Amino acid sequence: MSTKSDFKDSRPISSFFLRKPKVRLISLLSLPMTWIVGVYIVSLFLLLITAFWNVDPFTSRVSPGFNLENFIMVFTVPAYIATSIRTLFIALSVTAICVLLAVPLGIYMAKIAKPWLRNILAVAITLPLWAGYLVKIIAMRLVFTEEGFFNWLMAPLGIRGPGFSIPIVILTLTYLWFPYMALPVYTAIRQIPPNLFDASSDMGAKGFTTVYRVVIPLIVPAIIAGSVFTFSLSLGDYLAARFTGGATQMIGSIIAANINLNPPVAAAYSMIPIAFVVIYLMVARRTGSLERM
Amino acid sequence: MLRLSRLTRVALGGVVLFILFFMYTPLMVLILNSFNESQISGWPIESFSTKWWEFARSYQPIRDALLNSVLVATGAMVIASILGTLVAFAMKGFSFFGKGTVNILIVLPIALPGVVTGVAFSNTYSNFLTPMGFNIGYFGMIVAHSTFCIVMVFNNVFARLRRMNPNLQEASADLGAGLWQTFRLVTFPQFRTSFAAGALLAFALSFDEVVVTIFTAPPGVDTLPLWILKEVGRPNQASVVNVVATVVILLSLIPVYISQRLARAQEDER
Repeated sequence: MSTKSDFKDSRPISSFFLRKPKVRLISLLSLPMTWIVGVYIVSLFLLLITAFWNVDPFTSRVSPGFNLENFIMVFTVPAYIATSIRTLFIALSVTAICVLLAVPLGIYMAKIAKPWLRNILAVAITLPLWAGYLVKIIAMRLVFTEEGFFNWLMAPLGIRGPGFSIPIVILTLTYLWFPYMALPVYTAIRQIPPNLFDASSDMGAKGFTTVYRVVIPLIVPAIIAGSVFTFSLSLGDYLAARFTGGATQMIGSIIAANINLNPPVAAAYSMIPIAFVVIYLMVARRTGSLERM
Repeated sequence: MLRLSRLTRVALGGVVLFILFFMYTPLMVLILNSFNESQISGWPIESFSTKWWEFARSYQPIRDALLNSVLVATGAMVIASILGTLVAFAMKGFSFFGKGTVNILIVLPIALPGVVTGVAFSNTYSNFLTPMGFNIGYFGMIVAHSTFCIVMVFNNVFARLRRMNPNLQEASADLGAGLWQTFRLVTFPQFRTSFAAGALLAFALSFDEVVVTIFTAPPGVDTLPLWILKEVGRPNQASVVNVVATVVILLSLIPVYISQRLARAQEDER
C-alpha cells in the first residue's frame, strides 16, 4: 500500500470505494433497504396505526383517533374467536396430514426407490409447486364439486363426497402446500448415514422400530422447517375456504371482507395471523430448525 | 440399509402412488375440462372440443388480463432483480450489525400471509396516499409484487456468490480494473446464470400471485389470476376459465423450466 502513491491514481472513484468498505456497504444496501422499509415495513406500521382509528359507519371513511374498540372486538366477538380457533385447527390439521404423508414418501424415495425413480419422484413432487396457486384451488373445486370427479370415482362404491366444507378446505390446503413439507423431509432422510440403519438392525431392531427410534428423531428439525410453511401459509389463506369451503370462514376471509367496509377492524384482525406466525417462528427457531431452511 | 419387510415396501409404494394420484388428478381434470364442449365443467366429460380455446384466443378481456399479467410480472422482475442482487452483494461481502435483521426483512413479505401483505398495501394506498392527493394506481400493483419477489432473486444470486472465488475480483483490481469494469468483466459473467434463473422465478411468482393482487389492483384492471377469480365466483363455471387456468399453468412452468436448465448448465460449467 505504501507504494501506492508512486502511481498516478487513474481511477479515483473506484479507489475511493475500495478503500472505504463502509461506503461500499451503504451504497449497496441503501436502495433495497429504502424500498423494503419505506414501502413494506412502513405499510405494516401504518396498518397497526389504522387498527386504532375510527370509522364512519355510513360512509366507511376512516378518521385518525385512538380507539381500542377494534382490538376489543377481535377478542370478544364470538364469531371472531370461533374463526380464529377454526383457522388454527385447519392449519394444524393440514400440517399433521402433510407430515403423515411426507414421512413414508421420504422413506420410499430415499431408501427404497432406485436412483432413476428417485429423480423422477423429486421432480414430480416439486413441479406442482409452480402450477399456479389459484389454478390448483379451482382444480380441487372441479374434483369435489357435486358433478365432479370425486363423486364419479366413488359412485360405484356408493360413497359421496362431503361437498364444500372444512374437510375439503383442509384437503385443498394440503394439496397446495404439501411439497414444502415433502422436500425437506426427503432431504433429511437422505442425509441420514446408512451405517445408522445397519447399527440399528445389528442391535435387533426391526424396520418399524428403526423408523420410529432412529429416523423420526433425526428428521424432527426438517419436519419443523416444513411445518413453518404448511402452518403459516394455511393460516393466512382464505381463497381455499372461499372456493372449496362452502360457508367456511377463515381469518383471512374476515380481513378481506372488512378491508373496504371497516379498515380498522381488518387491520386489528390482521394482527392475529401475524402474532400466530411470529410465535410459531420463534418456537421453531428455539429448536434450531430454521437454519435448515 | 433400512430393512423393511416386503409388505411394508409394498405399502410404502402404495402411499407414494396415492400421493402422486392426489397431486396430479386435479390438474388433469382441470386441463381436460378446458377441452370440454359443454359450458359447465364437470366429470365425466361428454364431448371434447377446442371451442373454448378458440373463444379465449379472441376474447378481449382475457387478452387485456394477459397483457396486464405480463406487464406487472416484467416490472416486478426488473425491480426485484436489481434490489435482490444489491442485497446479495451486501450480504456476501460484508459482516455488519443488523445482518440478521436484513435477512428477515427480505423474507418477511413472503413469510407473512398474502392477505396481510395485501391489506397493508391497500391500507397505505387508499387511507394514506390517496387522501394526501397521490393516486398510485397501476404502479401500486407492481410495487407490491416487486417487494415479495426480491427474495427469489436474492436467494439465487446469494447462493452463487457464496461459492465464488473472491480472489478473482481482487486480482482484477490489482490489474488496474475499476469497480465497474471488474463487475462487468469478472463478477457478472460468473453469476449471470443464477441471476437469470432468479429473475425468471420472480417472474413466475408474480405471474401466479393473486391474493396481494386482489388488494392492490386498481379498479377495472385484471391480471389473469384475478380474471379467473372473478369468473369462478359466478354460478355457472364456464369451461373457458379452465382454458385460462391451463394457460397460467403453462406460462408459470416455462420460466421455471428454463431456470432449472440454467441452474443445471451452471453446475456443469464448474
